[in-house]
Amino acid sequence: MSSGVPAANELPAGTLGATTPPSAPAASYGFWTRLRVNSEYIVIPAFALLMAALLFALFLLAIGKSPVDFVDYVWRGGFGTAFSFQNTLQRSSPLILTALAVAIPARIGLIMIGGEGALVLGGFAAAAIAVPMVGVVPPIVTMPVMVAAAVIVGGCWVGIAGYLKYARGVNETISSLLLTYIGIAIMNFFVEGALRDATNPNKPSTKPIGEAYMVGHIPGTQVHWGFLVGVLLSVALYVLMTRTTFGFAARVTGGNYRAALAQGLPVGRLIVACAMIAGGCAGLAGYFEVAAIQGRANASLAAGYGFTGILVSFLARHNPVVIVPVAILFGGLVASGGLIQRRMGLPDATVLVLQGLIFIVLLVSETLYGRFAIFRPADVKDRT
Amino acid sequence: MSASEFSRRTLLKTTAWGVAGATLNLGAAGRALAAGDLTMGIVYVGARDDFGWNQAHAVAAEALKLVPGVKVVEEENVPETDACAKTMESMINLDGAGLILATSFGYYTPFVVDIAKKYPDVQFRHAAPLWNKDKDPKNAGSYFGYLNQAHYVNGVAAGACTTSNKIGFVAAKPIASVLSNINSVLLGARKTNPKAIVQVIFTGDWSLPVREAEAANALVDSGCDVITCHVDSPKVVIETAEKRGVKTCGHNASQAPLAPKGFITGAEYKWATIYKGYAADIAASNPLPNFLIGGYESDFVQNTPFGAGANEAAKAAATAAIADMKAKAPIYVGPLKDNKTGKIVIDKTYGNLDPYLDKMDYLLEGVVGSIT
Repeated sequence: MSSGVPAANELPAGTLGATTPPSAPAASYGFWTRLRVNSEYIVIPAFALLMAALLFALFLLAIGKSPVDFVDYVWRGGFGTAFSFQNTLQRSSPLILTALAVAIPARIGLIMIGGEGALVLGGFAAAAIAVPMVGVVPPIVTMPVMVAAAVIVGGCWVGIAGYLKYARGVNETISSLLLTYIGIAIMNFFVEGALRDATNPNKPSTKPIGEAYMVGHIPGTQVHWGFLVGVLLSVALYVLMTRTTFGFAARVTGGNYRAALAQGLPVGRLIVACAMIAGGCAGLAGYFEVAAIQGRANASLAAGYGFTGILVSFLARHNPVVIVPVAILFGGLVASGGLIQRRMGLPDATVLVLQGLIFIVLLVSETLYGRFAIFRPADVKDRT
Repeated sequence: MSASEFSRRTLLKTTAWGVAGATLNLGAAGRALAAGDLTMGIVYVGARDDFGWNQAHAVAAEALKLVPGVKVVEEENVPETDACAKTMESMINLDGAGLILATSFGYYTPFVVDIAKKYPDVQFRHAAPLWNKDKDPKNAGSYFGYLNQAHYVNGVAAGACTTSNKIGFVAAKPIASVLSNINSVLLGARKTNPKAIVQVIFTGDWSLPVREAEAANALVDSGCDVITCHVDSPKVVIETAEKRGVKTCGHNASQAPLAPKGFITGAEYKWATIYKGYAADIAASNPLPNFLIGGYESDFVQNTPFGAGANEAAKAAATAAIADMKAKAPIYVGPLKDNKTGKIVIDKTYGNLDPYLDKMDYLLEGVVGSIT
């Protein structure tokens, strides 16, 4: 997948800090030209979504269900009422953070899929550090400590995969995935052993952190703060990856590893840093699962958000700000999945079929970029 | 127009309205429950046809659908995260549910408790004995079947069927309800076969099909000729044992069709008794009981009809044991020792629903296996 690194001939030598945006042509082109060029990134995914929807409609017709009803229920269950829309936003919150955990390493050319493990361990670390502090240290101190614990532990966990990649050449996709299972096992080990709440004999969990130490909802809504944090972090990481020296160096490394080395870029540090940012995002998702939802750490932390985040990031083409709407779309599909089950008598897997179709069609649509003259006005140089 | 296109466009138009609605707290606007009609929402953690825990509930839900004036809405594969809270709210807001049955253990705290506080007009009942009358909302409650009584009957039949005197038990996690089932199988088997032992392997989680098959094979290899289990879906264990040519006792729901040759009987929940009771109470405008537990004496559990694996002695002994259970004959007749230190853990005879037994954290002498 293209990481959007500008070709070397566009860069005056020695201006690594000069920040040419990756996908937008230089500002010298007029607004309409830029709009025409950039609209490719809207029209093609929209077309792909339409195709996926048509395929799914055929699937529904084949099993004797009405696609119109389906659309109606997706709308009502995911977006159409205040409750539904907030349900969607709440469900998208962990997905934004776990998708960022895939998108940032992808910018440096790494396919890291270990967000689930970092989420679980980050959430566990937050709960584990909070339990002895509850009732002793006030929430105002404990909560930042919990956040820090989650981010640091999550960051270090995925950081391991980054370090192994750079130092030993270990495939980061495999190592980050395997680390996930180790992470879940570590959490289970403590939750079923040393840190188990003895008063809860049937579901092994840590002690609850208590209402006072939990994060509430965004005022006036039923959506927890994790959503807003995810949105702000998406924007911040977008700026980091597209408007700073660090992001530029990371993208150069992703575009051509050897060239980056030859340029004298600190490739090792960049890789580990991107992996740690990724793990930190996933760890933060774990913090919100514990502090906004569960109130304790247990096996329910491993709910698959880390894996859904992979899909979200790929669909967003690893662009941090695009992750937000894509995560909301996914949140809406999941939120409405229940209504579809209940009203149409369809199994839970139906929504998974739709997700799978969207994923495949969007990946195939990648091959369409650069093939349509309408998106390349004559006065724009070839950018590829 | 595609689902996603539709969502995306209309989303833009209604975002402002959505936020405004939120601040005005219009959350419950969709709820309009006609008097006399009841919509029951049932939430499952797994698939409704899992040959296990979820299927036992789904079978009862089918029976409920026949009750006039009752509408049942069901949602499966709902994880024990805020997804279950949102599912319950969605059932209330969009389907007008007046009674929610949350069937998985991990739904209770914090989700059922929180949502029950938020919707005081809706009744919530959860399938595990967790409701605390001092702390928890009055519109919430618990119901549970003491399946160990049916496992005791399994043990009685298994004891009469085994020739190696070794009964194999594939268990998920070493928590109280699982341990009680293992111990009850042992005590039942000892009724018909004083030399019987129960050999147990813990897989470590509720649904690990590969490890469950390995455990079943290992138990058969070590000489067990009757296999039973306590995992979410016993399908793999029963099928593996049938393939190996040994006999089986079931768990949670009927697995009789999976083992046409070796199936003896199985421990089954009978949730329909409880669910129909709720429906009748609501129809008669009676308050629902907050805390409802029981076993054979309340018709909350049952045994699967005997399969081809049950011999005549087993059938006679198991039928008598069922009558004993209905007459509240105690399973745990003390003193009984644990299998690790030989310490007396059950000092006297306890009634089958005695809360002391809910705290069980030991395997009795005669069980081969370790919790830690």
